[in-house]
Parts: sequence; structure tokens; C-alpha cells
Amino acid sequence: MTESLSPNMTTELGYVRQTFLPQQPAPKAKSTTLSWIRDNLFPSVGNSILTLIALALLVRYLPGLIDWLFVSAQWTGTDRAACATAVQGGVRPDGWSGACWAYVGDRFQQFMIGSYPRSEAWRPYLVAALFVALLVPLLIPSVPRKGLNALLMLVALPIVAYILLLGGVFGLEHVETALWGGLMVTLIISFVGIAVSLPVGVLLALGRRSTMPIVKTFCVLFIEFIRGVPLITVLFMASVLLPLFLEPGDTIDKFLRALVGVSIFASAYMAEVIRGGLQAIPKGQYEGADSLGLNYFHKMGFVILPQAIKLVIPGIVNTFIGMFKDTSLVSIISMFDLLGVVKNSFSDATWLTPVTPMTGLVFAGFVFWMFCFGMSRYSGFIERRLDKGHKR
Amino acid sequence: MASADARDGDGRRASLLYDPSVRAYAYQALTVLVVGWLIWQAWSNAAENLARANMTAGFGFLSGRAGFDLGQALMAYSSDSTFARALTVGLLNTLLVGVLGIITATIVGLLIGIGRLSKNWLIARLCTIYVELFRNIPPLLVIFFWYKGVLSILPDFRAIRAGVEQAKAADPSVGDPLFIISNRGISFPAPIFQPGFGAVWIALAAAVLGAIGFTLWANKVQAATGKRPPALLVSVALIVLLPLAVFFAAGQPIAFDYPVLGRFNLSGGGLISPEFLSLYLALSLYTASFIAEIVRAGIRGVPSGQFEACSALGVRSDRAMRLVILPQAMRIIIPPLTSQYLNLIKNSSLAVAAGYPDLVQVGNTILNQSGRAIEVIAIWMIVYVTISLVTSVFMNWFNARMALRER
Repeated sequence: MTESLSPNMTTELGYVRQTFLPQQPAPKAKSTTLSWIRDNLFPSVGNSILTLIALALLVRYLPGLIDWLFVSAQWTGTDRAACATAVQGGVRPDGWSGACWAYVGDRFQQFMIGSYPRSEAWRPYLVAALFVALLVPLLIPSVPRKGLNALLMLVALPIVAYILLLGGVFGLEHVETALWGGLMVTLIISFVGIAVSLPVGVLLALGRRSTMPIVKTFCVLFIEFIRGVPLITVLFMASVLLPLFLEPGDTIDKFLRALVGVSIFASAYMAEVIRGGLQAIPKGQYEGADSLGLNYFHKMGFVILPQAIKLVIPGIVNTFIGMFKDTSLVSIISMFDLLGVVKNSFSDATWLTPVTPMTGLVFAGFVFWMFCFGMSRYSGFIERRLDKGHKR
Repeated sequence: MASADARDGDGRRASLLYDPSVRAYAYQALTVLVVGWLIWQAWSNAAENLARANMTAGFGFLSGRAGFDLGQALMAYSSDSTFARALTVGLLNTLLVGVLGIITATIVGLLIGIGRLSKNWLIARLCTIYVELFRNIPPLLVIFFWYKGVLSILPDFRAIRAGVEQAKAADPSVGDPLFIISNRGISFPAPIFQPGFGAVWIALAAAVLGAIGFTLWANKVQAATGKRPPALLVSVALIVLLPLAVFFAAGQPIAFDYPVLGRFNLSGGGLISPEFLSLYLALSLYTASFIAEIVRAGIRGVPSGQFEACSALGVRSDRAMRLVILPQAMRIIIPPLTSQYLNLIKNSSLAVAAGYPDLVQVGNTILNQSGRAIEVIAIWMIVYVTISLVTSVFMNWFNARMALRER
């Protein structure tokens, strides 16, 4: 192009390159493995150092971890001898350390249902099967009849589960709650927590946004007070103070106390999540409902809440994840949820070895992790689905 | 709720039943009655139950003798101290683990959160694994995990003592080691401040004030001339060198209380207990995973045009992050960060499971010993609500300072 310029134009412009630049080599392929490694692992000096440190740590610790968890682990056996070294009175060679999965296998039933009578074990498993059968269609968006499904889940299932688990009627043997334990208790407490906290949370959130000063004050005080204290103190309150507040002579089941504590705690958190949804609804929706002559309950029930709750489904699921993890705290007031049962089994003489506690904790951690990770993935899925709906 | 003169179709006054403001009063009166009745029931039942158990409610018991020992006390405490003092020790321990945990969780969370956004594939993956692992496991389980983990990694106390005694037998001039890391905790020489040490504290305070003053002056110079005096270097030098100089000038007024290996136990020196370590590590690393997510969301909330403008201006990426991106991200980060701090302080009550003597653990001991359920739980609630309120007031002030000031 430079050739076409006349000499006098060149003097008017400050500087014009008269020659071609030397040809550059073609850019290196972006898609080869090597270039990927260069771009993603060693893009700069600092990053290369970080990558090398991370690799060094992985090489140092990952093989040992895999070895402990799987390769050296003991998978079969009937008592502690299988997982103890010769010095500790077992059959493993000196210096051996590995996960003792035989112990988890042997105690699996206990980790699931606690001390529930083994002859009646079909009852909790039947309830679990019903729960899964109702939950799966509820979670898949394309399955129809969500209303009926939710009704069965939130009304019919609790009644059936109550009769089946507690017994005492229809010829079912009565099983007292002191025998309940394990994952069953964790799931029951979480389920009751969410089933109670949703409606109570809605009421509290509505109360907090109410124009009636006394109702509003009560709700604000309750929510802020419960959110300001740790769950343990609420659980202690439920387990120690609740019997004190009842008529002299009345007793209240220990399991029920834990349920009350968790429900109170969850309601306060749920109320704040739902309040967020209520605040996000445009004022026009409230005014529209008013101008149609709907009364307060119709306005909230048919117009505002369906939109508000849909908006905060991810927040509700997050609250549920938090609550699911928090149920592990009931082991402190000597209830045996999954973590409580696992921790209790550490002192069990049949499986008393140095590797038992770690194995048990890894197992419990894996179960909790699976549930929580699954829920957070589902929450993310719903979030993306709802997002799409808004863009359309 | 307007319509003070609601009228029906024929213009007559409608029944009071349909007047919203009358209804509002009725609802509120009903609420007061129900809540009042519940409280009254609970109160009278509690009074009767207490009377039957031959107990009286009241905080008089706080001046009684505690009669139990605590594993860690930041102030003078023995089993002859009062219940009130035991609770104060517990509160200090709660605050200690809370403050240290918050600092660690913030630093780790910030690094992990930035790491998740890194272009470095390996680092980003490792940070993601960290976050997904820790935030989906109950904190109580993490505490147990660290307790078992920390204890199993640390060497056995008796083995250490045997080793030291062997060395002593071989060479009598060998003393006890200065630092002892065993399953009883980490022992270290505890400093004892001699009378002259006050001057060093004063020098440190003066140095910090000087450093702040110099930084402010440096800001001014930078604003006026565009050139920044080396504020960081001068500040660090001032804070390190001035107290050191005073320390040596005053004749090193410090002594150490060295740990002593006893026959059955460690005595003397300072001790970081395994209970504290497991609680502190668990709380920090658990909360860090949440803070990392908050930081990541905050940074992604800053429009990408800000990054691009920085590169267009030739600002290095670490400076762009520190001077442009993070200050803007802070506005998104601070409110959820506040609730994570509060969660960490509240979760420190899990100490009761690890055996670390925090407020709840001490209170629980008192509760079991004296049966003062109402009083102990009331103290817990008041203390935690107060801590929560103070923290949120501080963070709200900080938030208001960081908030966007539109002109």
C-alpha cells in the first residue's frame, strides 16, 4: 500500500513505513495438549511456581490418601482383629494403617436406623422407600400433578411415617424414640424441620412486613433473637427448659424436644429467606391485587406468595442444606443421629482399633457430603431453570 | 389501611367488623393475649417446677465456688474461683477462638476465592474441590475429624518424655526442650513481662500511630505529586525497629516461663491444647469455604469492563486486583461476609463437643453441677445476642464506609 502513496503526502504525514514487516511465523496451534498445558498450567512465572507447588503437594499426599482409603483398606472381617496390627492384637502386619471398611459394613444397619429393633427394621426402610417414591417425581420438573404429589409428601407421608415408625396401633409393635438413631433420625429431623419451618417462616415473614406494630415487633424480636444465638443454645433450651415450662408432672419426649428446637431455629432463618422474596415482588403486584378487591389472605395466597416463594427456591434449598448439616448437633444433647451413632460406635469394644474413628468419620462425612452436594446441585439446576423463565 | 369511614352500597356505615383498622386492633390484641398467655403459662409452670425441686431462680449462685478446672484460661483461674469468673474465662476463650478464626478464615477464604477464578487450571480445580468438600460437611464432623486427625499425627507425650530422659541420662547438661509438640498440645516458653516492659508497649503504640500518620501523609503526597513515598517499607521498619530499640535500651525486661516435662504431665510454659487447635482449624477452614464463594461472587459481580480498562491503562493484573477490582467487589462482599463472621462466632459453641472450655462448655458444666438451667441459658442467650449485635453494628459501619458514594 505504501508504494501507492505519493512522496509529497509522505512529508505531510509524520511517518509512513515504506517497507513491509517481515512475515511472522503462524501462531502455534491452540488445540494441542502441549499448548493447553502451557496456557492453563504455565502461563507465567508466578503461575508456574504455583502449579509446581500444587503438583508437588499432590504427588506427596494423594497416593498415601488413595492407599489409605482403598489399597491398604480392610474390606472384610467380623471384629477388630481384622483391622488391628499384631501388637494391637490383630492380624495386620506392624505399621499397617488403612481404612477399616469391614467395620462400616458390619455396623451399617446401626448407622442407618440406630437401635431400632432388627425384627422391625422393614418399617423404617418402607418409609424410606415411600419417601424416595414421592420425592423423585416431585424433583423432576416435567412430571405432572405437582400439587397432589406435594400434598401426599407433606400430609400423607408424615401420618403414615408416624404410624409405621412409632407403632402401637394396627398390631404394630410400639418402638420408643429412644431406640431411633442413625441416618433415619437425621432425615426425620431435617424433614420435620423443613415441613414446619416453611409455613411458620411464611407467617413470620408476613408478620415482619405487616403494618400492625405489635405483630411486627413480636416477629422481629423472635427472628432476630433466634438468629443471634447458636443452635446449640436453642437445643439446650428445648431439651432442658421445655420440660420446666410444662405443667408439673407432664413429660415431653426427648426426640420431640429436639424437633421443637430445630423447628424453631429453622423457622427464623426461613422467615428471612421468604422476606427476601416478598421484598423482590414489585409494588404493582400488591396494588393490582388490592384493586381487584382481594382481601389480605387471597392477595398473599394467590398473588404474592406463589411468586415470592418461586423466587427464593434456591435460598430455601440452601437453608435446608444448612439445617441438614446442623442436625448433627443433636448428638450434643445425646440424641443419636448419624454422626452421634458413628461417634458412639468408636467406643464399641468389638471394633476398637486406632483406625476405626477415622474410618467412621470418613464414612459419615461422605454420607453428609453426598446429600448436601446433591441438594446444592439441584438448587443450581432450579436456579438456571428459573433464570431462563425470566429471560424469555 | 385507610377507610376510617367505610360505607356499604347504600351509604350507611358498614359494620365495624369490616373496618380494617378495627380488625388490625383485634388481631393485635389477640396476638398479645396468646403470646402473653404462653409466657404466663411457662412462667408459672417453671416457678412451680422450681418450687417442687426446692430451688429458687436468681443469679446469686454466680458468686459460689466453681470447683472445677478449666483446660485453658486467659486470666487467673483456679477451681476456687467463682462461677462468674469461670463464665468470664469461657467468654474470653469464645472471643479468642472467634477472632483468630475470623482472621484465618478471611485470609484463606480470600485466597481460595481468588484461586477459583484463576486462569491456572490446576489451582482453580483444587480450590473448587476445597470449597465443595468443606461446605458440604457438618462443622461438627470437621471438628471431630481434626481432633482425631491432629491427635493421631502428633507424637505421643510419653514417647517424647522417654526420649528426653534418655538424652538426659547420657548427657546431664541437656535440659527440657523449649518447644514440645505432642498429643497433649504444643508447649512453648511463655513470656513473663518484667516491670520495665511497659515502655516497649508505649513504643509499639507510638510506632503504630507514626506508621498510620506516615501512610496518611504518603496518600496526600501521592494525590498532590503522583509519586508515592515508600509508606509500607517505612511503616514496617517503624513498627519493628522502634519497639526493638526501646526493648534493648530498657535492658531486655522479659523473662520466660519454660515448659517442664513432669512425670505424668507437662507443667509451666504456654500450651496450645489439641482441643483449641481442632476447633480453631475446623471453624477457620469450614467458614473459609463459604467466604471463598462470597469473594468469588463479589469479584464476578464487578463488570468485566473494569478489568479491561485496567489492562488498557497498562495496570499490572495484581495491582488491578488490589486497587480497582477488590475495592468494588468489597461492596458486594461485605453484607454476606458479616453473616459468615456471625456464623463462625456462633459455631464456636461447638466447642462443647471438642472439650474446649468456651462459654457454652463452661455453662454446660455449671448447668450439670448446679442445675441452674434458666440462668445459664439466659446468660448464653444474652451474651451471644450481644456479640451478634456488636458485630453487625461494626460491620454495618464498615459497610457504610465502603459503600458507593455517589456525587
